[in-house]
Amino acid sequence: MKRRTMSLLLNSGLFLIGLTTLAPVLWMLSASFMPSGEAGTFPPPLFPSAPTLEHYAALTERLSMMRYFLNSFIIAGSVTVVSTLLNSMAGFAFAKYQFAGRDRLFGALLSGMVVPAQVTMLPLFLMMKEMGFVNTYVGAVIPGMASIFGIFLIRQFVSAIPDSLIEAARIDGGSEFRIYRTVILPLCKPILLTLALFTFMGTWNDFMWPLIIMTDQSNYTLQVGLANLMGEHVLDLELMMAGSVVTIIPVLALFLVFQKHYVRGIMVGGVKE
Amino acid sequence: MNRLRAITPVLLLLAGISCGPQQERVTVLKFWGFGNEGEMVQPLIREFERMHPDIRVEVQQIPWTAAHEKLLTAYAGGSTPDVCQLGNTWIPEFTVLNALEPLDRFAGASATLQLDDIFPGVLRTNIIDSALYGVPWYVDTRVVYYRKDILQQAGYEEFPATWSGVLKASEAIQRSAAAKKKVAYPFFLPTNEWVPAIALGMQSGGNFLKNSGANGNFSGPEFTRAFTLLSEFYAKRYSPSGMQLITNLYNSFSDGVIVMYITGPWNIGEFTRRIPPHQQKLWMTAPLPSMDSLTPGISLPLGTSLVMFRESRHKEAAWKLIEYLSSVETSVRFYGMTGNLPPRRSAWRDSALASNVYAAAFYRQLQRVDPLPQIPEWEQIVIRLQTYVEYVATGTLAVPEALRRFDGEVDVILEKRRWMVENAR
Amino acid sequence: MNAAPRAAAAWIFLSPALAVIGIFFVLPVLAAFALSFTDFDIYALGNWDYFRFVGFQNYVRIFETPLFWTALRNTFYFVLAGGPLSVAVSLGTALMLHSKLARFRTFYRTVFFLPVVSSLIAVAIIWRYLYHPAHGLLNYALSFAGIGPVDWLGDTAVAMPAIIVMAVWKNFGYNMLIFLAGLQNIPDDLYEAAHLDGASGWQQFRSITLPMLKPTTVFVVMITVIGYFQLFAEPYVMTQGGPLNSTTSIVYLMYEQGFRWWSMGFAAAIAFVLFAIILAFTLVQMLLQRSVKR
Repeated sequence: MKRRTMSLLLNSGLFLIGLTTLAPVLWMLSASFMPSGEAGTFPPPLFPSAPTLEHYAALTERLSMMRYFLNSFIIAGSVTVVSTLLNSMAGFAFAKYQFAGRDRLFGALLSGMVVPAQVTMLPLFLMMKEMGFVNTYVGAVIPGMASIFGIFLIRQFVSAIPDSLIEAARIDGGSEFRIYRTVILPLCKPILLTLALFTFMGTWNDFMWPLIIMTDQSNYTLQVGLANLMGEHVLDLELMMAGSVVTIIPVLALFLVFQKHYVRGIMVGGVKE
Repeated sequence: MNRLRAITPVLLLLAGISCGPQQERVTVLKFWGFGNEGEMVQPLIREFERMHPDIRVEVQQIPWTAAHEKLLTAYAGGSTPDVCQLGNTWIPEFTVLNALEPLDRFAGASATLQLDDIFPGVLRTNIIDSALYGVPWYVDTRVVYYRKDILQQAGYEEFPATWSGVLKASEAIQRSAAAKKKVAYPFFLPTNEWVPAIALGMQSGGNFLKNSGANGNFSGPEFTRAFTLLSEFYAKRYSPSGMQLITNLYNSFSDGVIVMYITGPWNIGEFTRRIPPHQQKLWMTAPLPSMDSLTPGISLPLGTSLVMFRESRHKEAAWKLIEYLSSVETSVRFYGMTGNLPPRRSAWRDSALASNVYAAAFYRQLQRVDPLPQIPEWEQIVIRLQTYVEYVATGTLAVPEALRRFDGEVDVILEKRRWMVENAR
Repeated sequence: MNAAPRAAAAWIFLSPALAVIGIFFVLPVLAAFALSFTDFDIYALGNWDYFRFVGFQNYVRIFETPLFWTALRNTFYFVLAGGPLSVAVSLGTALMLHSKLARFRTFYRTVFFLPVVSSLIAVAIIWRYLYHPAHGLLNYALSFAGIGPVDWLGDTAVAMPAIIVMAVWKNFGYNMLIFLAGLQNIPDDLYEAAHLDGASGWQQFRSITLPMLKPTTVFVVMITVIGYFQLFAEPYVMTQGGPLNSTTSIVYLMYEQGFRWWSMGFAAAIAFVLFAIILAFTLVQMLLQRSVKR
């Protein structure tokens, strides 16, 4: 008896929390299909009376959302590819090689995670200006090409790979890079996928650096474009909701498909031993 | 290998985007528009392109909330546009940066631009160290919007000409509302607006800064007088002292909860649209009252100018765009589209504006505007002033103490300027 | 054992990433530190004659700036109120999901994680509308409970709480997963033994779950606090630091000073004061943890 009431309480609790969590997202989706002006009426409607695609059309035709989408994709994609490569090499080095100062260097890197990113943005912007990378894809990509968290993640994973595998490859007479390519990388596929996911989603959702580095509207990423839209069309609720949907959906879809890997990454990274 | 195959289409795409069709002998101008104007200006730009087939204009729309940052980032990054609109209170900043091209030579040679046709007070805001840095595009000043009927009931056929008159009218309105057991705020002064405080300050004699603009003088006699008058409205509950009490300005106005409000030209259109039709005859605009009886009281010459950046590589073409947008016909047309007031007096005489009863107050007010101190820190200073308006409105600080502290903050903001003045650079 | 060429190989693997981090992270941090001792501002930007080294003047000025104290207060409010709330909600949902009685676990886990992967801008926009005093869903729902319309983002008393609620909603899924991992690491036989000894659910929670979760909890609290000190995007999108500076955080102040008013030297100093605060907090936490262990 008691067990059943506990179960009922627990599951109703979960349901309520689930509802509260989903409610804003669901309403956003619903409002994006409402005709102009309907979402702001009182009492607030939960469903569109006459679903319409007009706002999505407006976003693509008048408001350059496709352009922003492309920019986000190019930048996030480039950062993901480059950083996964660089981070995996460094993580491998920290995990499987002995060299002077290794642990101290790693510790120093970890402590860098305490530094708020905003501290670097002003000088980084000036640096980009000197290098001529302001308002370019290169400028947006450069700071993300390697990340301390990525190195940390790879290192944790690679540490668990048995040394014997590496030794065997060495006896076979492979160069270090060949060992990396033929032994480590294939074994790392799961964590590489996780890291790639993290990086892509993180870069896609990044706001402050693209805001600072891109001065031309045509170079805005989705996040910056959306914030810009907000400044202009703040009264145009339905349009803003449609814009938000466009911004969230790609990353959401990616997450839903690759959930397992993403979740595993957090658990590997979070439960420090 | 897989990764390389994945990147290739992306690289090709990138290459395809960056190489557009080459257009020879067509000058491409970059124009930045802010806020609503950024969207509304597009048909005008298309007309300009039709008139000048060898010039193409790329318009970029930026919301006002991000405009300041974007401009400075563009300056630092060397990617300023050719022409953009600039709030005239921002002109001193960009002049200090040496970012703007002086326009005297263009204006002097222009057939259509008559500088003396522009409201003098507004034009003065574009002149720094005797050089012209902007051409006014549209003007903005602040006047009083009020409920004619409620003021009449309180015994005032005409809008009071002095502030003491306004105070007396407010008292009468408040009494009659109390008798009907209703809440009324005769004079709405939002605590997040610096304009009323500064306007009152100018009417009291200005002198906001001393020592060549190196120190704050807000605790001096002039602004103290102005701020004390302002605080009276809050103390006597003629104005609400918080933001949260009036969620919808237009509803409150038509309900008679607010009777008088200082605001700008865009509200002519808003009031026409949002106040119910049967009440349209009940509201009116009037120039600001004055401290003494010289009517109208001084107000602020706000508004937007068109500026050209020094780094522009197409200055002649850029000037053509400026000349076109600021011409009488275009500004009249622009008024029709946006309700933005033209800066040239002849535009007012020849158009629908001449018969617009609400605009008349603006015309009279624009003859009585004086420029604000032309220092780059001004905007930062007046935004801090809002906090002190709130302190005084809520009774947290008394006026003398508030102004003393405010001057302290102003002095910190002006420290660099002081150093520059002292070292005579 | 060929150690030397191996070490060389290690450095080759390390160098690209280290180069990127060194040039585009460490260097800017050092540059920001140097910048904080200058008065690089709009005048200096236009003319190098107006550039000065001013020693600690910026730091002194920070403490003389009332808006900084407001921002400090707001940020601490956010961290001290939002932090524990966020950790509590994460722990609570993790416990619920971990329970053997829970159904549809994977589904709920996905749902709770959705806000985490959604872009902050989009989330802030949605919540801005939800918070609308007249038309927002939240006030509508509250009206059924008889609670009058609240101007969530316009009333200085509730604006920060409104942002806290949104931030907790956005982030609780992330820490929940970490807690789940921690919970899954607690061996079941500990609970069985306690159950055999006659311990109640609550006693089991207190004497087994909580202590075993401590390292995880410490980690979660640390990353949450560090993240919350850096509050920026929510005030930027939702309230522009208002109403009347009640949601101005330290990073928001830094952004305004640096990118709006172009007082970059001053802004850099603010950034380092924040860094010092976060560092102090982290060190205190670590010290506390170590002393408790003893």
